Amino acid sequence: MRNFLAQSLGVDKHDACVIFCVEMSDNLLHTPLESVHIELGAKMVPFGGWFMPVQYTSILDEHAAVREKFGIFDISHMGQLIVRGAGAEGWLNRMLSNNVAALQPGDGQYTLLLNGKGGVIDDLIIYREAADAFFLVVNASRIEQDFFWLARHQPEDIALANESDLWAGMAVQGPTAVASFSALFPEQTIPPRNGILRFTHQGEELVVCRTGYTGEDGFEFFSSASSGPDWLKAYVAAGAKPCGLGSRDSLRLEMGYPLNGNDLSEELTPLEAGLGFFVDLNKGDFIGRDVLAAQKADGLTRKLVGLQYLEKGAPPRAHYTVETPEGEVIGELASGVLSPSLMTGIGMAYLPIAHTKLGTLVNIDVRSRKFSAKVVKKPFYKFASKGA
Amino acid sequence: MNIPTDLKYNSSHEWVRLEGDIATVGITDHAQAELTDVVFVELPAVGKSVDLGDPTAVVESVKAASDIYAPISGEIVEGNPEVEADPALVNTDPYGKGWIFKMRVKDIASVDSLMDAAGYGAMIG
Repeated sequence: MRNFLAQSLGVDKHDACVIFCVEMSDNLLHTPLESVHIELGAKMVPFGGWFMPVQYTSILDEHAAVREKFGIFDISHMGQLIVRGAGAEGWLNRMLSNNVAALQPGDGQYTLLLNGKGGVIDDLIIYREAADAFFLVVNASRIEQDFFWLARHQPEDIALANESDLWAGMAVQGPTAVASFSALFPEQTIPPRNGILRFTHQGEELVVCRTGYTGEDGFEFFSSASSGPDWLKAYVAAGAKPCGLGSRDSLRLEMGYPLNGNDLSEELTPLEAGLGFFVDLNKGDFIGRDVLAAQKADGLTRKLVGLQYLEKGAPPRAHYTVETPEGEVIGELASGVLSPSLMTGIGMAYLPIAHTKLGTLVNIDVRSRKFSAKVVKKPFYKFASKGA
Repeated sequence: MNIPTDLKYNSSHEWVRLEGDIATVGITDHAQAELTDVVFVELPAVGKSVDLGDPTAVVESVKAASDIYAPISGEIVEGNPEVEADPALVNTDPYGKGWIFKMRVKDIASVDSLMDAAGYGAMIG
């Protein structure tokens, strides 16, 4: 028995090779919560340069806990960037696809950082903490690219800081997740969906954001790196099931949420990724806007679609070939998983526009066996509790 | 970790139960615990000849696909339809209902070169 590690978690094969070459030489990054993971019996794996829990007991159990009760994920590997200055709103609006001006203090939004070709450098959530202060939560694997890209375009009167090493982060997710926050901080009111609250608790500065990556209600919680282990234990004591990256991936994919590196890349635009809702072409100029406007005017030639097996079959995984029923190769899976909630194979693939209509039949090639699937609407899983 | 003493083992975590010239093959309790949550089993075609070390079946968890290797050389005579229908049997009963395939062994003496329970136990520590 041997695991095809490159296929686990939907990690890009090429990335995985790079990751493993580097990681086997013990250059792994470690989150502040690692000692607690090991104490809790986590199975730890290298992921995107980090040593992370993939699961504690079972991906299926952890997945179900988040859908039915609540679970907690270590997201300390994610990055926090701070932008401050009187002109911050205007500058960020030129750097990001969504309209920052729509945010009141305390609000957040999903947005994209694009290159000049309209390709996705990163997808992130930006929170407005004050008129001139913003808190950006970015993908672990892109912290440096994001920071350098922003720094390269940074005006003199804007302050930009990478606080990623200072924070421990936990995503507390599930229909009853919010009750754990209320139990730990009875004096605080959790912000509404996409909102942020920075508060002080017994002298410690904490940040809570009402968001997540599972489709369920819940929040992301940030503390100082040093107090992170105690907070993780506190949430677990409050009933949160410790969850690893395995269920994080299956939960996000059931919602059709993209994973940068799999479903997003610098060669693909947010319109092709189906993220047009987070692109405001009318707010004024921003990097990549011209390409997106032209793409919108000319029509897309390819698009990211959701694919779902018609029957039970071998779990679909990233890079499996997608074919027409006649056997013509039309693409490959960007992500794929056996959906624990639906108990059938689901995945996403960039396909030529002619094959993207809902209901279009395709075959997914798994070790030369063909499994029939059709183009379906996302999310795949439609009963998530969502935020308030 | 359960390692029955009446079985033989190989280093890639398959077990073998020899009855006459028919070997039943599955994966060990240790292997299923490492995999967790088996959600799919791909059985070999009956009649296929396999050599020692050939990838012969596939067991998949949510996170990874794992090859099951032929622990000896021979011909596949049966796949277990029950694990195809209910892959979790590999987790719940790895040495019983969770068997994966049966093969007619080419050289019965070759089974002796596999590890016994003590040897396998020592290997997995």
